[in-house]
Amino acid sequence: MTPAYDAIILGAGIVGAACAMELAQAGMRVAIVEPGVIGGGATGAGMGHIVVMDDSPAQLALTHHSQQLWDALAPKLPAAVEYETTGTIWVATHSREMEEVARKQALYTAHGIPVRTLDTAALLREEPNLRPGLAGGLLVPSDAVLYPPSAADYLLQHALQSGATIIPHAATHAAEGKVRLDSGGTIAALRIINALGASAASITPGLPVHPRKGHLVITDRAPGFARRQLVELGYVRSAGSGTTDCVAFNVQPRKTGQVLIGSSRQYNAISNSIDYDILQRMLQQARAYIPALDHLSVIRTWTGFRAATPDKLPLIGPHHADPTLYLATGHEGLGITTALATGRLLRAILTGTNPFIPIEPYLPARSFTPQPENAHA
Amino acid sequence: MCNAHTHNYDVLILGGGPAGIAAASAAAAPHTSVAIVDENPTLGGQIWRNSFAADVSDPAAHWYQRIQHSPITRLHDLRVFHAPSPGTLQAEAGNGLHTLHYKKLILATGARERFLPFPGWTLPNIMGAGALQNMVKSGLPITGKRIVIAGSGPLLIVVAAYLKKHHARVICICEQAPLRQLLPFAKGVITNTEKLSQALQYRLQLLTVPYRAGWWPAIARGQSQLETITVTDGARRYIIPCDYLACGFHLVPNIELPSLLGCSQSNGFVKVDTTQQTSIPGIYAAGEITGIGGLEKSILEGTIAGYSATGQSTAAQQLSAARSKSLRFASAMQRAFALRPELRRLPAPSTLVCRCEDVPHSHLVSHSSWRSAKLHTRCGMGSCQGRVCGTATEFLYGWPSESVRPPILPVRLQTLAQAEDPASQELSTAI
Ligand SMILES: Cc1cc2nc3c(=O)[nH]c(=O)nc-3n(C[C@H](O)[C@H](O)[C@H](O)COP(=O)(O)OP(=O)(O)OC[C@H]3O[C@@H](n4cnc5c(N)ncnc54)[C@H](O)[C@@H]3O)c2cc1C
Ligand SMILES: Cc1cc2nc3c(=O)[nH]c(=O)nc-3n(C[C@H](O)[C@H](O)[C@H](O)COP(=O)(O)OP(=O)(O)OC[C@H]3O[C@@H](n4cnc5c(N)ncnc54)[C@H](O)[C@@H]3O)c2cc1C
Repeated sequence: MTPAYDAIILGAGIVGAACAMELAQAGMRVAIVEPGVIGGGATGAGMGHIVVMDDSPAQLALTHHSQQLWDALAPKLPAAVEYETTGTIWVATHSREMEEVARKQALYTAHGIPVRTLDTAALLREEPNLRPGLAGGLLVPSDAVLYPPSAADYLLQHALQSGATIIPHAATHAAEGKVRLDSGGTIAALRIINALGASAASITPGLPVHPRKGHLVITDRAPGFARRQLVELGYVRSAGSGTTDCVAFNVQPRKTGQVLIGSSRQYNAISNSIDYDILQRMLQQARAYIPALDHLSVIRTWTGFRAATPDKLPLIGPHHADPTLYLATGHEGLGITTALATGRLLRAILTGTNPFIPIEPYLPARSFTPQPENAHA
Repeated sequence: MCNAHTHNYDVLILGGGPAGIAAASAAAAPHTSVAIVDENPTLGGQIWRNSFAADVSDPAAHWYQRIQHSPITRLHDLRVFHAPSPGTLQAEAGNGLHTLHYKKLILATGARERFLPFPGWTLPNIMGAGALQNMVKSGLPITGKRIVIAGSGPLLIVVAAYLKKHHARVICICEQAPLRQLLPFAKGVITNTEKLSQALQYRLQLLTVPYRAGWWPAIARGQSQLETITVTDGARRYIIPCDYLACGFHLVPNIELPSLLGCSQSNGFVKVDTTQQTSIPGIYAAGEITGIGGLEKSILEGTIAGYSATGQSTAAQQLSAARSKSLRFASAMQRAFALRPELRRLPAPSTLVCRCEDVPHSHLVSHSSWRSAKLHTRCGMGSCQGRVCGTATEFLYGWPSESVRPPILPVRLQTLAQAEDPASQELSTAI
């Protein structure tokens, strides 16, 4: 008997939604298994910064390509997605970090990404609320900000329009072309795609994916408080640290006029409750860059779990043992940015077409080299 | 500079309304440190706020005197936003973060008005019934103004009497509850002698104000502000020209802090035993948060809680008969003013349900939960954090509200960071 579906996608976060859209548009019969709210996992907790990052050449290739896909999609996105090309400023506190600005500037330019180096004065002109006396920064104007759950919903709606189906249950087991549901039923497909984000390993044991907790704080409306997404370069600090808890300055202007403040990273944190030590360290870090944050009114705090891998690259492609199983997870702090490229890559893999960037660095069967930390959300 | 303030008390009372004031008075004793905290500049709560100590003939004066002559610390302008660990609350004041340690805690956080959306409800000059009363108390001129009072609950009558006394032209009171639902309650009130006199008093003052049971507001219209309100009984409709609409659908308890502390609840109210103790030993609750029952219930429960928290169990027990009676009164009231299902059909597709984020009814109906609606429409994500629209969406769509998390009220970022002066902070990136 032929299975009812060509592909069953587990999870309707932004990654699952992007995969569902691509596969459905490729003509596959697609089902999406999701018991909760669309984008209710990490997608609903994330900052929604579309950002080009360069911790590794493969990360640069994936984020850059995906940022371009978002940029091309932007005119079609409904207002609810709140897409805004705010740009990013990587803020340098002192002269050693300006060396990193110069390195980044050369690299991005070589890849055709427009950037502009800011000195102390130019930085303050861009963002008057930053503390005076910072060394400068690198402006990447093409980066953007969006509202992730609405973006996920937009992608999912396109999948549904191309014939995909939603199955509102949780998967309890998924292997060898069969997915068992918590309702008791079993559905079959030629392929299963695990897009369960930080819970990916709960259904596919042994995956090198671990939850990594992050905190966020949002303020009441303060229009014009910041114009760009502001992120610390954090070069000096990040070079050494490996698996310890850390915080970074990361401040985002929302289209609503609110200010979203990150970021923190914790391993071995399972509970989704607020850890006040971390929250306070994170806020201290933010106000050390922007003292005027002190007077904004905080209306909510929350946490989310990123799906971390040892080399900070996602797992996209076939599982090493089960020929029916594919992975689209491990996007850590960049899954909003890289969702569109992930969908495209998976489609290329499943349809045997030419991928637009080399797929090898993301294949689950690769060997892992741990990467140093960065300061991003 | 470190702007943290730390306080230690044997008994801490949260909420300076009648329940909190009565609790403080009962708890006050020579070797017990008692403090009462409220976010407002004066004590008194919803009902006594503007009159506390102002008028000797007011019943509030008796309580004012008691508080005045007791060794009770009064902490005004302190907004409690967090309960970081057992025995500790955190609050924000103008001068920064305050940490309050307690051995016993009495919660008396009161209630707020429930607002339900109907077409035009966001027009200027439409406000809560209690809110309009408070504005008049603070100086809003009302003489000769045409006012319709609509919604539900005994507060409508209280406000009508007040506004009449201040020479407003109160056109009518529209109570959504049908008369047959109100009658058993009205009978209950009349058998209670104190309440009988209250009821009579209101009747006298209101002699010329029609009280229409089974009527509710349907559409408010106006160019830049309210001009007319259409009221209906489901069959008939009247268009009433007016200057103000005072509108509230009974009260909902301020349950955020008890929820944050983990106190068990039933039907949205804090569960207590006969000593007013909640499910958490050492934490008591009194007043509207245990059931809407008005002033007498608040004072009684506050008194019992104050006695219980300080080991005066005999004194507390002596009030148990009165307590049972007031609970019967509260549950009769709850039944009498239960909301009619027709109110769920009031909003038009374009009627805003969430005012902070401008979310219309049509965007919400298709969602299956508060979380889904919130995530995809921004309903409840604004500065009120669902304190207003959450009670409406619970009624309209049957969505239970989500769990509470700190800060339960907006706080300055500096306070949340337990801030020290940023100038003295080293960047953690600098070596
Ligand atoms: C604090 C924070 C800030 C971030 N900021 C950014 C940023 O600025 N930019 C950026 O690009 N990325 C950011 N990220 C990362 C980004 O949010 C994630 O990488 C992305 O959302 C991952 O999407 P996903 O679809 O893989 O996972 P998820 O969104 O977690 O989706 C997984 C889905 O699987 C469902 N599911 C779980 N178990 C089952 C089951 N058994 N059966 C069926 N379904 C199930 C869940 O309900 C969920 O909907 C941030 C993350 C965090 C935590
Ligand atoms: C707007 C309004 C007007 C009313 N007017 C009348 C009237 O005129 N006559 C009448 O009989 N009844 C009136 N009522 C009913 C009234 O609520 C009760 O009769 C009685 O006041 C309840 O007493 P209480 O002590 O339980 O609560 P309240 O009087 O409500 O007192 C609770 C106090 O706790 C404070 N508080 C709550 N949370 C916090 C926090 N986190 N941090 C610091 N402080 C906090 C509140 O600001 C408030 O001052 C009114 C109710 C409302 C909502």
